[in-house]
Amino acid sequence: MTDYSVEALELNKSFGRRLIFNDLKFKFDKSGVYGISGPNGSGKSTLVKIIAGILGASKGKIVHKLNDQEIAEERLHDHIGFVSPYLVLYEEFSTYENLKLFAEIRGVKFNKERVDYLLNKFLLYKRKDDLLKTYSSGMKQRVKFIFALMHSPQLIILDEPTSNLDDEGKNSVYELVREEGQKNIVLIASNEKNDLELCNDIVYLEKYKN
Amino acid sequence: MIWKIFLFLLLAFVSIAGIGFPIVEKPSAWYEFPLIPGLEENAKIIFFHVPTAWLTVIAFFMSTIYSFKYLRKKNLDDDIKSYAAAQLGMIFCILATVTGAVWAKFAWGSYWSWDPRQTSIFALLLIYGAWFALRSSIESEEKRATLSSVYSMIAFVTVPFFIFVMPRIMSGLHPGSADDSNAGPVVDFKMNGNMQLIFFLSLIGFTILYFWMWNVGYRSILMREKLNKQLIRG
Amino acid sequence: MNSKSYSLFLKDFKSELRTRYAINALAMFIIVAISVILFSVGNEKISASLTGGLFWVVIFFTAMSGLSRAFVSEEERGTALTLQLIAAPSTVFSGKLIFNIILVFAMNTVIAILYSAMFEAFVIQNFALFLTSFVFGNIGLAVSSTIIAAIIAKAGAKGTLYPVLSFPILLPLILTSVQLTLFAIDGISFERAKFELAIVVSYDVIMLTASYMLFDFIWKE
Repeated sequence: MTDYSVEALELNKSFGRRLIFNDLKFKFDKSGVYGISGPNGSGKSTLVKIIAGILGASKGKIVHKLNDQEIAEERLHDHIGFVSPYLVLYEEFSTYENLKLFAEIRGVKFNKERVDYLLNKFLLYKRKDDLLKTYSSGMKQRVKFIFALMHSPQLIILDEPTSNLDDEGKNSVYELVREEGQKNIVLIASNEKNDLELCNDIVYLEKYKN
Repeated sequence: MIWKIFLFLLLAFVSIAGIGFPIVEKPSAWYEFPLIPGLEENAKIIFFHVPTAWLTVIAFFMSTIYSFKYLRKKNLDDDIKSYAAAQLGMIFCILATVTGAVWAKFAWGSYWSWDPRQTSIFALLLIYGAWFALRSSIESEEKRATLSSVYSMIAFVTVPFFIFVMPRIMSGLHPGSADDSNAGPVVDFKMNGNMQLIFFLSLIGFTILYFWMWNVGYRSILMREKLNKQLIRG
Repeated sequence: MNSKSYSLFLKDFKSELRTRYAINALAMFIIVAISVILFSVGNEKISASLTGGLFWVVIFFTAMSGLSRAFVSEEERGTALTLQLIAAPSTVFSGKLIFNIILVFAMNTVIAILYSAMFEAFVIQNFALFLTSFVFGNIGLAVSSTIIAAIIAKAGAKGTLYPVLSFPILLPLILTSVQLTLFAIDGISFERAKFELAIVVSYDVIMLTASYMLFDFIWKE
């Protein structure tokens, strides 16, 4: 059990002069599954991007802490796993090459056992040496989960995790969410009822519109 | 209101005095300008050309400062202030180039001769031309503000190079250039008291005019943005 | 510059070998640019000083044809987000910079060899001076075109904008490099060229510092 916490402090985001959300506050400091919900265009993806440190907030900030130590912005990516439909991996490389390159660029050792375990879990082991451009969209979605989990992050952010997946794929995702939720923080941004049923606590974005 | 009338009178006086006052060999009356050998009537350009060049520098410098402020505070109003300043800078830059080129035709014999200052102002035209092209290619306000601010910062660090490199590579014709045989700026040496007075009045007048135009400019852009937003909301 | 940036560079390098995005364009552009000059010169004898200037014209336009790929390809394919998730901005910038520096050196060496084979007037008297200015000029060219490429990529891959934005920024470097090339052709000593060399070196240093400081703003939307 790791002592990881993520907290939003009076977060505000506007695009130009259009307000997305205002005065958003939450704190997740126990391992578990948390949800972010809101209608289309309410800023779910924007919020998860801000949490992941990809996008800057207009006001306020997100504080990530590990064992009560605030994590520096440029180290944040080592503690976060991120899956979303708009995430794209390198099509000219195979799954295995992609994952190896990512480990090298992160500057961590390539953990073969974990990657093989995840490849088996997502039923991709047999095709790990095929180029990504030969994959179907569902398979690409599954590779993204391996990408997000290979470095054993403490915060796993899933933006619409079950889009593009068949029932089998959805089941392995749910299984994984429950498993990871035992020891880490899992954040799901989604409108799907099934996805949100897994969550211990949900942030409703409609509440922060003014 | 009173200062607008004052500004009008000041600029009117500068224009009339700058163009109309006669140039004589031995100035005695308060309205007479001294004769500068080699320049004669051409010397009067100084009342209009120098202020435009000066305002080009002021405007682009202000634009850079507001770009810098935007990057620090991420306030879109700063970006608009920077934009309004750059617009005026561009206008004055073109005016300075044109007045300079016309004058150069009469004084130096050709419109353009790649004197260091001509090259520098040409570089400024290029930089801000590119800057406006960049801005017009980006839809999202925030992205436009950020990227154009970064570009002004990068352009700003090249300025010292233009100052040091140009005079070394090409020979100068402007007063005050390293190889100017008359040594030293015209302002100190060859202008008499009333010429200097009119010159500085003109500088002050044009500077006030610039700040007023800048103020009106950025406020009108702000208002337009607000109106657009209201129209979209219905 | 650490192992992470180097790994990112290796990724780009392998990717380049498989897709040949930049190399093909650059190679063709070098040939096109040099032949345009050859055709326009025809049978005229051109002076040595003119070849020195045209040399940098070829370099500038070739650089503008290929160096934006480093960032534009990531942005076009949507993989920029993936990079943000695995690397700090400084790592990304260094990785892309190494890639572009290698590309610039390869491209300019090819240009220099082809160029001196094609133009008889292009004879370097002071080769050491030429080499020194060539190295520092290339670094400056790579640094400036990398940071402008990052801006272009975020602005939505406007290819035509790239030379427009780069030219004023590269102007001091190109003017000084042309001057240094002319010095090398005339066989002028290091001693007399040290002011110009100092300008090129300080351009490199200042641009590198400014680029590192500003890249964060560009990269993080």
